[in-house]
Amino acid sequence: MTTVSMVPRNVAHLPWKLLFIVLAIGLFGGMCLFSAAGGSLMPWALPHFVRFFALLCMALGMSFVRPETYRELSWPAYGFVILLLVVTLLIGTIGGGAKSWLELGVIRIQPSELMKPVSILLLAGFYGSLPPGEIRRFSAIWPPFAMLVIPVGLIILQPDLGTTLLLLFAAITVMFLAGLPLWYFIGGGLAVAAAIPLAYNLLMLPHQQKRVLIFLTPEQDPLGAGYHITQSKIAIGSGGIFGKGFLNGTQSHLHYLPEQHTDFIFPAMAEEWGLVGGLFLIGCFYLLFRWGMNVAAEAKGRFNRLTAAGMTMTIFFYFAINLLMVVGLAPVVGIPLPLFSYGGSAMLTVMICLGILMSIDRENRRNRRR
Amino acid sequence: MRRKGPPPLLTENSQIYTFSRRSFVLGGLQAGVATLIAGRMAYISIAENERYKLLSESNRVQMVLVPPRRGWIVDRHGQPIAINRSDYRVDLIPDQLKEPDRIIAQLAQLLQLPLDEVDRINKELAQAAGYQPVPVAENLSFEKYAAVTLRLPEMPGVAPLRGFSRFYPEGAAVGHLVGYVGTANKEEYEKEKNPLLITPGFKVGKEGLEKVMEPRLRGKPGAKRLEVTARGKLIRELSTLSDESGGTLPLTIDAGLQAYAARRMGNESGSCVVLDCFTGDVLCMASMPAYDPNSFSDGIGSNEWKMYSSNERKPLLNKTLNSLYPPGSTLKPMMALALQAGGVDPEQVVNCPGGYQLGNRFFRCLGKHGAMNMHRAVAKSCNTYFYAMSRRIGIDKMAAMAEQMTLGLKYDLPVVSQSYGTYPNSEWKQRKYKDRWRESDTLNAAIGQGYVILNPLQLAMMAARIASGRQVLPNMLLRRSREAPPLNIPPEHLQVARNGMWEVVNGNGTAGASRLPFPEIQMGGKTGTAQVRRITGAQRGQSGEWKYRDHGLFVFFAPTSNPRYAGAVVIDHGMGGARAAAPVAKDVLTYLFDKPKAIENLMKLEEGWGGNIAVRMKREAELWAAANPPKPKTQQASADANGGTRT
Repeated sequence: MTTVSMVPRNVAHLPWKLLFIVLAIGLFGGMCLFSAAGGSLMPWALPHFVRFFALLCMALGMSFVRPETYRELSWPAYGFVILLLVVTLLIGTIGGGAKSWLELGVIRIQPSELMKPVSILLLAGFYGSLPPGEIRRFSAIWPPFAMLVIPVGLIILQPDLGTTLLLLFAAITVMFLAGLPLWYFIGGGLAVAAAIPLAYNLLMLPHQQKRVLIFLTPEQDPLGAGYHITQSKIAIGSGGIFGKGFLNGTQSHLHYLPEQHTDFIFPAMAEEWGLVGGLFLIGCFYLLFRWGMNVAAEAKGRFNRLTAAGMTMTIFFYFAINLLMVVGLAPVVGIPLPLFSYGGSAMLTVMICLGILMSIDRENRRNRRR
Repeated sequence: MRRKGPPPLLTENSQIYTFSRRSFVLGGLQAGVATLIAGRMAYISIAENERYKLLSESNRVQMVLVPPRRGWIVDRHGQPIAINRSDYRVDLIPDQLKEPDRIIAQLAQLLQLPLDEVDRINKELAQAAGYQPVPVAENLSFEKYAAVTLRLPEMPGVAPLRGFSRFYPEGAAVGHLVGYVGTANKEEYEKEKNPLLITPGFKVGKEGLEKVMEPRLRGKPGAKRLEVTARGKLIRELSTLSDESGGTLPLTIDAGLQAYAARRMGNESGSCVVLDCFTGDVLCMASMPAYDPNSFSDGIGSNEWKMYSSNERKPLLNKTLNSLYPPGSTLKPMMALALQAGGVDPEQVVNCPGGYQLGNRFFRCLGKHGAMNMHRAVAKSCNTYFYAMSRRIGIDKMAAMAEQMTLGLKYDLPVVSQSYGTYPNSEWKQRKYKDRWRESDTLNAAIGQGYVILNPLQLAMMAARIASGRQVLPNMLLRRSREAPPLNIPPEHLQVARNGMWEVVNGNGTAGASRLPFPEIQMGGKTGTAQVRRITGAQRGQSGEWKYRDHGLFVFFAPTSNPRYAGAVVIDHGMGGARAAAPVAKDVLTYLFDKPKAIENLMKLEEGWGGNIAVRMKREAELWAAANPPKPKTQQASADANGGTRT
């Protein structure tokens, strides 16, 4: 790498491919928020842009920190987020049926979101330092469970089903990649399948039970609780291949589409940009995941590999659950489309994930140059 | 399910291998999910595009029907009988209504709505959905309308509107003729399934011409396509299709004559029909007392209904078509034709000793008339002559002539119902009573009693056919009038009947007091008095309780020199044709020839009766209301009893 260039070395060494993808998603999201507000920067598009660029700068800053530092910081961060979760339960505010928000002066944050990257770091650190021979022992299982049981318990108490699921998915992914025996996952999957009816009856609140029921039969109640899914499909379906055109969405502008700036931003986009816009966005996200998985594949050391893959999968789970929901393939759970939809907490989580991914990528390139 | 044997050797390298294998699986999962989402999205937006486009449009666009203006009903000169008056109304838009309880309470206070109206609004609001308005009140005064408009900012969901309501300038005088309109009821909506019927402010014909001519009068609704938000807020009007007014319906009626006849009947119960005797055009078809179609068109209150239906003078019955009377002596001109057709010489004399002996039964005459020929017998209404002569020709020849006079026939008229009565013959009696025709039946039929019952329009038709000698039929809808073909009766026969009728009024006859007040125009007529029930003795239904008194009937034509008009007047329980019916006919004909004179007469009469129709009806309603204070409990029962007529 001895190319002489006008561009300063630090700038040239930024992961431009990723930045283009992230910028495409974030700016496209801002445009859709601009349209969703009826062609206005307020109340959504402008805060989205501000937050997006601020957090992107933060992520870039994070990329200059070595992965090893994150490993060292994971335990203190864990303790800090647990503390925030406890405080949230005590003095948090209610949003979307759950007590999950913490008002900190001007900022409102969702501490449960922060728990996702922190637990991945923690688990990756644990498996990174676990001797290879131990992986089939019981000692490879109980510490992660011990680490997870407190945050999961605190988040369930809020109660926030969506975040709990995402956190568990991410943790299970890390365990899966760490090499735990395959039958754990198959057996666990069967156990969960058996436990679902129990969870449905004992753990879910009425509004959650209703959402699951309606996911199974949305046509039964098109004006009541099945409204979300029906209106989302109408928005996507009526957009057709090329959409109704920017600022011409009727489902979103006339408020038939609920939550059109957060969880249901994708159908609002699809109504105006059509299948073409949808495929573009799905393509961008897919390239993002490919980039993340490549970083993981190239990474040296178990901690880096597991962290990179775990972070990528965390973003993937947001994407998958949100989009499966809006196209009617998953029940309505309150999970936004990160970087694209309005809302700071998910964006913060994803930017943290990206910052750490870029940090690992930077280390990979350092290794290559060596 | 762990495999037996030694566990595989776990090293750093084997873990890298596991990781890349498993991360490949996760990569596959990512690709799979992304493909699934993309495929699902493509399916929704390509294969189901049409369906969702429609759903999106039906979300976005609400169609609001604009009720068409109903066609006018006008008389033969174009004078309006039923028109549309612009009125003020207030509706509620359910989707925009924020605090229904507070707003309905405020409206009830502003518009002084009665309690049962508030109940109805609440009930309809509970069933209503979307953008379809719920009517609150119509026919509001401008002051009330303005009071609501002023407070509009604090009453979201309230929609004051200018609309149209039906107006009948002559009120009760045309009630039975045109009927009335009203909000479509459930059955009417179920039958037609037309959303126009449940659009607030839209009325359908409920009775009379309004009902029969509904297709012509209705017109085509306009439509507004509105873009609305999910909460029902109006964004803009996308397009408007203007409504098409219903067609104007010109009648053969002379509105002035119709109103005059109705007023002239005063406090009596009865009917008056006047026809153009050459074309059959119905110039007047008044039945009194009548309901006011204006107040019925606003919705019939249960009290109002009760008042009308309990009235013994039957204001809800169209007496010109649906009341049947024994015609009595008014049939004698027809009998004169029947006798001549049966070969009786009109100059042949019958002596009247005050009655006629048939077997062991004595059939009375009203007097001892002495020697009677045909036209004298008509003029004096001598029963004996017709008893004697009818035996010579028999019932079937009488019935054949009655049929030529359209007696007992149903007419092709745009009316909801007509009772066409009976003129009997021997075959009819055999069929109906399984009994042979007897001579006593013939005698009764000869004086228009017994089995004979007819409606007033048929009596008027008989007079018209005798006067013109043509096969006229009644006709209510104005079209190019054609003179009807002549009757199959020799003109000299008709002249005998007409001469008799002339003599009734202008000679030494029973209606001498009802000559027209013109030297050169004379009326021919025939009085009739019909028993309501057989009363023996001298009383003969001339006094006593009103409902047992005789009916007074009169058929007429004018001018006798060159007949133009014919008609019939029936006054229920008027005790006699000469006494009750003929004076009405005289004034009605006077109106046709000299309006100011006729109106002058009427004003004097109305003074004596205590005002015009509207004033008297109002007083009557007040008296009734005072005597029948509304009881909340029984009100419900009577509302059920009146068969779903909405208030």
